[in-house]
Amino acid sequence: MKNIFAVAGVVIKELYRRKDFYVLFIVTILICLVMASVNIFNDDKIVRYLKEICLLLVWISSLVIAITTTARQIPAERENRTLLPLLAKPLTRMQLVLGKFFGCWIVCGLTLLCFYIFFGLLAGSREHQWPALDYFQAAMLHWFMLGMVVAMTLLGSLVFAAPSSNSTICFVVVGGILLVGRHLDQVALTLPEPARGITQVIYFSIPHLEIFDTRDLIIHNWPLIPWKFWGLALLYALAYSSVFLAGACLAFRRKAVN
Amino acid sequence: MNSARTYGLLLIACLTLSFGLAANLQPQFVAWRGSRADGDVFKILLGDSRKLFANEFFTKADAYYHSGFYPTIFDNNEAFKTAHMAEDTGAVGSKNHGEEEQFMGPPRDWIEAFSRNFLPDRHTHLDEGGPAADLSQSGSVREILPWLKLSTDLDPQNVQNYTVTAYWLRERMHKPDEANQVLLEGLRANPGSCDILFELGRLYEEGYHDTNRAVNVWLAAAKNWQPVKGDDDTVAANNFIYEKITMQLGEAEYDAGHWQAAIGWFEKAKTVSRTPEVLQERIAAMKQKIWGPAFEPPLFIP
Repeated sequence: MKNIFAVAGVVIKELYRRKDFYVLFIVTILICLVMASVNIFNDDKIVRYLKEICLLLVWISSLVIAITTTARQIPAERENRTLLPLLAKPLTRMQLVLGKFFGCWIVCGLTLLCFYIFFGLLAGSREHQWPALDYFQAAMLHWFMLGMVVAMTLLGSLVFAAPSSNSTICFVVVGGILLVGRHLDQVALTLPEPARGITQVIYFSIPHLEIFDTRDLIIHNWPLIPWKFWGLALLYALAYSSVFLAGACLAFRRKAVN
Repeated sequence: MNSARTYGLLLIACLTLSFGLAANLQPQFVAWRGSRADGDVFKILLGDSRKLFANEFFTKADAYYHSGFYPTIFDNNEAFKTAHMAEDTGAVGSKNHGEEEQFMGPPRDWIEAFSRNFLPDRHTHLDEGGPAADLSQSGSVREILPWLKLSTDLDPQNVQNYTVTAYWLRERMHKPDEANQVLLEGLRANPGSCDILFELGRLYEEGYHDTNRAVNVWLAAAKNWQPVKGDDDTVAANNFIYEKITMQLGEAEYDAGHWQAAIGWFEKAKTVSRTPEVLQERIAAMKQKIWGPAFEPPLFIP
């Protein structure tokens, strides 16, 4: 565990050095403040459009940070020729993969913490209420969803040739799942065989990231998600993350390091 | 040193030339008939496709009216053909059928059943308090306004944007002045629109309690109404607004004690109504009031 967290610590330090997070965070704040300054029929209690825009930017920013940060981890180590010395130390390949995963996942968590604090302040300044538990549920689901994305991207970085291609493929897959993943079974029903069968296989095998998108509940002040289902969703995310990580460990075991 | 000075002077010369050229060309460009620079940013950027976005934002406003419980293109949207926020204004005919709660149908598999725990799960309207079902929060209907405003900016020719916005501003936000501004802006973009004039009349009647002004506006609306040809939906929508206008005029005359005039307006409403028998009953009742119980109503032939 010590080795894993040592690798994770390096990834977290990288977050401080890189400008991605700062740029995305400042852009989010600026856009939200500009949108908040718009006068809509002299009514300063209108807030849900602002919450929607802010959460959309948070989701986009978090996905950009998760995918781009993860996609370059192992290829960068190889390019800089630091992978071999790393593995020469008492560090196994599995520990390196797990360290990179936890590092990227914690980076996503820290990023989300900043974003959700800003979101809470923005919404609270207009609504004058602080549904902290609702925000906690949404942020945790969001973070665990990013865990799946990070694990998937890590696997991709060992399968695809370059970080750019891996990032692009991950963005397309994640975007596709978030937009149409929930409806694939309906789409399958309208297709002839064998397309129907293939679509259904895809539907049942993909990680359903859209389940974790609870923005509508937060925006429209719906009651809390039952804790039982919330916990099950986290377990679902952990299961898929484990599958992707196992795949990454297997792929890395056979990969040449130089 | 000389070279730096030369470059500086060249730069100043270029800037002067650019400024002079721009100052010369700008008035010509504005006066040019082919210019698209009429101040409408959306028109310049999006062209006619802005109407597509406008429809999307109008639907978005209706989704907000339902606090996010809204069908996607993959769901059965028979019960959402007409936006409920527009239907509830009473100025738009409904094309909705089916059950509002059941547009998703029963879950087809465990993934869908599970995912429904993370989505809005019941049909509510913001003016009835939304998910909390708290009528004291009916003012939350204000949340639909930003999307309606955006939709109006994108498609100024869609009169429904103005009428729906004005209705909610007047009815729930108690902002008749803002509603008035919206409708006047709508009239500037759509001169003589009967839908906007009808809503303006309602604003004067219910918002300002100025019946005379309301009647004048409704008379203008009735005068501007023209029968249209086209598909059934277009004809029905056009007839619906005429029925509403004539009914309002009839009610206003009835309240003023001008029963003959009221009967005249109800007769006009009957010609376009989808339920003429109901109006006929009302007309007969009024005639009996005028001419006494001995009056025999003529046989109604639809």
